[in-house]
Amino acid sequence: MDYETLRLIWWALLGILLIGLAIMDGFDLGTAILLPFVARNDLERRVVINTVGPVWEGNQVWLILGGGAIFAAWPALYAASFSGFYLAMFLVLLALILRPVGFKFRSKLSSPLWRNWWDIALFIGGFVPALVFGVAFGNLFVGVPFGFDSDLRLHESITLFSLLNPFSLLAGLVSVAMLVLHGATWLSLKADGKPGARARALVPYAALAFVLLFTVAGIWVRELDGFRITSAIAPDGPSNPLLKTAARVAGGWWDNYTLHPLFWLAPLVAYLGAMIAVLSRGRPLLAWIGSALVPAGVIATAGLSLFPFLLPSSTDPDMSLTVWDASSSKLTLYIMLGCTVIFLPIVLAYTAWAYRVLRGPVKGETIMSDSHSNY
Amino acid sequence: MDIVELSRLQFAITALYHFLFVPLTLGLSILLGIMETVYVMTGREIWRDMTKFWGALFGINFAMGVATGITMEFQFGTNWAYYSHYVGDVFGAPLAIEGLMAFFLEATFIGLFFFAWNKLPKVSHLVVTWCLAIASNLSALWILIANGWMQFPVGAHFNAATMRMEVSNFMEVLFNPVAQAKFVHTVSAGYVVGSIFVLAISAYYLLRGRHVELAKRSMTVAASFGLAAALSVVVLGDESGYTAGLNQKMKIAAVEAMWNTEPAPASFTVFGIPDLKTHTTEYEVKVPWVLGLIATRSVDRRVPGINDLVELAKERIRNGLIAYDALNKLKTDRNSEALHEQLSTHVDDLGYALLLKRFRPDVQNATPEQIDAAANSTIPNVPVLFWSFRFMVGLGFYFIALFALAFWLSAKRKLDVSRTFLRVALWSLPLPWIAAELGWIVAEYGRQPWVIEGVLPTALGVSSTTAGNVLFSLIGFLVFYSSLLVADIYLMVKYIRLGPDGTLGHAVAAPFVRAPAE
Repeated sequence: MDYETLRLIWWALLGILLIGLAIMDGFDLGTAILLPFVARNDLERRVVINTVGPVWEGNQVWLILGGGAIFAAWPALYAASFSGFYLAMFLVLLALILRPVGFKFRSKLSSPLWRNWWDIALFIGGFVPALVFGVAFGNLFVGVPFGFDSDLRLHESITLFSLLNPFSLLAGLVSVAMLVLHGATWLSLKADGKPGARARALVPYAALAFVLLFTVAGIWVRELDGFRITSAIAPDGPSNPLLKTAARVAGGWWDNYTLHPLFWLAPLVAYLGAMIAVLSRGRPLLAWIGSALVPAGVIATAGLSLFPFLLPSSTDPDMSLTVWDASSSKLTLYIMLGCTVIFLPIVLAYTAWAYRVLRGPVKGETIMSDSHSNY
Repeated sequence: MDIVELSRLQFAITALYHFLFVPLTLGLSILLGIMETVYVMTGREIWRDMTKFWGALFGINFAMGVATGITMEFQFGTNWAYYSHYVGDVFGAPLAIEGLMAFFLEATFIGLFFFAWNKLPKVSHLVVTWCLAIASNLSALWILIANGWMQFPVGAHFNAATMRMEVSNFMEVLFNPVAQAKFVHTVSAGYVVGSIFVLAISAYYLLRGRHVELAKRSMTVAASFGLAAALSVVVLGDESGYTAGLNQKMKIAAVEAMWNTEPAPASFTVFGIPDLKTHTTEYEVKVPWVLGLIATRSVDRRVPGINDLVELAKERIRNGLIAYDALNKLKTDRNSEALHEQLSTHVDDLGYALLLKRFRPDVQNATPEQIDAAANSTIPNVPVLFWSFRFMVGLGFYFIALFALAFWLSAKRKLDVSRTFLRVALWSLPLPWIAAELGWIVAEYGRQPWVIEGVLPTALGVSSTTAGNVLFSLIGFLVFYSSLLVADIYLMVKYIRLGPDGTLGHAVAAPFVRAPAE
């Protein structure tokens, strides 16, 4: 397999891992955001929490794996984005740290003060990552101020404030809306009684918010400067972002869609998913599958628009990271591909088995009957 | 403090903190597997209650391990961006495989462990528990393959076109002898932690006369498993010492405070006061031969002393400068054969030239004094290593004695006879954590000034973010982690006090009651 193909595959795998993250961890982030709104007393909250209690930990590994895969396959992207978005990452980390302890510790004591505090913590642990991941994605379109010296040491002038620009905040809201939608269909599937019903009633509103925000973002992107590589491209060249030139082009992020009309399928999937989620509220599993299509469509839409850029630089467009100059070596990509091909299907298989074992809605009575071991 | 010191401090604190929870996960998961196996084989309900009770404590600990583990993975990128660029091609792979192969399994099955007691047949649940235990240990394997490579960077080469290290032979990275030795040493240390945890808490119940049947059985499991673990942790620690001798001669010399090369076989210093300034160790008490045997497994090969290693470093810095010069010129003259030749001849010493970066940015113009200073900077903090190592080893032998005694008492069915023994067991609770943390201090602090031994100095690995940002996150982590630790210990103590009845919400089964057939 040649270097170019491997890079393309790893670009696609990056998308697949992010989609896996958004679908699997997405619904439990969405559930945590909905916790204060769909559950009005302690038992209802426990029902909501226990719908994700046994599975959220496995879901979060999509994030761990995503981070690891970017590190292994796109080390330059990992280094530049994680250190460039320093304080944003720090916020996400604190929020994510609240989750495992929140789930585990919350119902271990009966004090309402203790439980209320952990409910707020779980909400923060859902809302902050959902927002910040969206904001980070938005910044890819806006471009980030960074460059490299001749040793490929990064220099950047990114601040938390500069990341919070209007377009990126909009992208953050798109992300929150789609995960809330996905969480709502999950609760409508898994939470018995009132919390499930309330979540079901929220589905159309979340879907509408998503459709509006996503559409506005799509139109807004056209007003932004896109990026384009202006020198010859060496798809099998060394991973060194100093060897090309690139320029900002007004409306450039729509280029790929003009060039390849089939790409329009991606946003279409997102809209279609939202529609399915709303229309099949009576069949919760189908609704959940619909809302799972939303993040898949959104992430594909963004990725196809940015291609081949991974992290565009607003200050040194030439030094932007692209699929062709930010990857690992050919050998590493190859080995990692082998591991993924072997292990990802195994992961999917036992994950599916775990969900099967835990199938069926979570009921208040079941929680009370074994109050000590449930969350 | 500058960004390098702040980043190192943050990494050290978050890593040591993370490792408060990891070893207990490693050890306790296996103990849960053993207890549940007994339950499935004998059908006696008390063993299921034991699994559930220790499992509840396991869960509280596991949550903290997961919470603090995310920080570790992100931190390479946030705080060590140049490191991530420089070695991500090699170092990233085991981390990603860890997620794919081990952590996914562990995190999916822990949900089933807690929530599927009534949803799975007995044997399937047992399989889930063992998968959880095996996955935890596999997880450690991949992390230690990554860490082992930092100590002994095999199977990789420097690529001038991409300015970084790249994999040349993945099998060498995988079967790195240092990584293998570290893995077995670290997991057996985890087994010791798990065993002492169970031993000490059971002793607490026996002292109070509570849950006697459950406590005695738990103690018997912990004593036998712990004895095997404590023995192997010492034997395998010796293997770690030997493999360190392959590559990290400075670490060995520093741990021994051995300033000058001794005639083979070198003696082992049991006690002494090392002085960094004068390069001497006062009040030495030495045991002949022992160090030479540990580090070289021979009687005729010499263990080099610190002063000789510094001389060697000077030579390597000068060679490294030749490589550095070629590399610099290659940035403009990318295709020159002669320059590639010059680089590849001396590339193994390139990292040593980078040591000069701390003293001046234009390292080509380094003065002989600066070269001397850079060579001296390869000496790690000798007194800290010397004492950390000795306390760790001392504790290691203490654990063998403690478990041997517990094992003997258990065999004689006299576990609850001696209150002195029970008190000693209870008060030993914090000791294995201290030993484990000291072990990491020896391993990582002893690698300084390198982040990748001989390849990349730690100071160069940092991100280009501001010191203010790092100070902010460091304080944030300190505050956040401390409050979580308070909550964690509070819950642990509360549930230990509540005991199995309170934790499970029902009375623990009498010793010989069998579970109804399925």
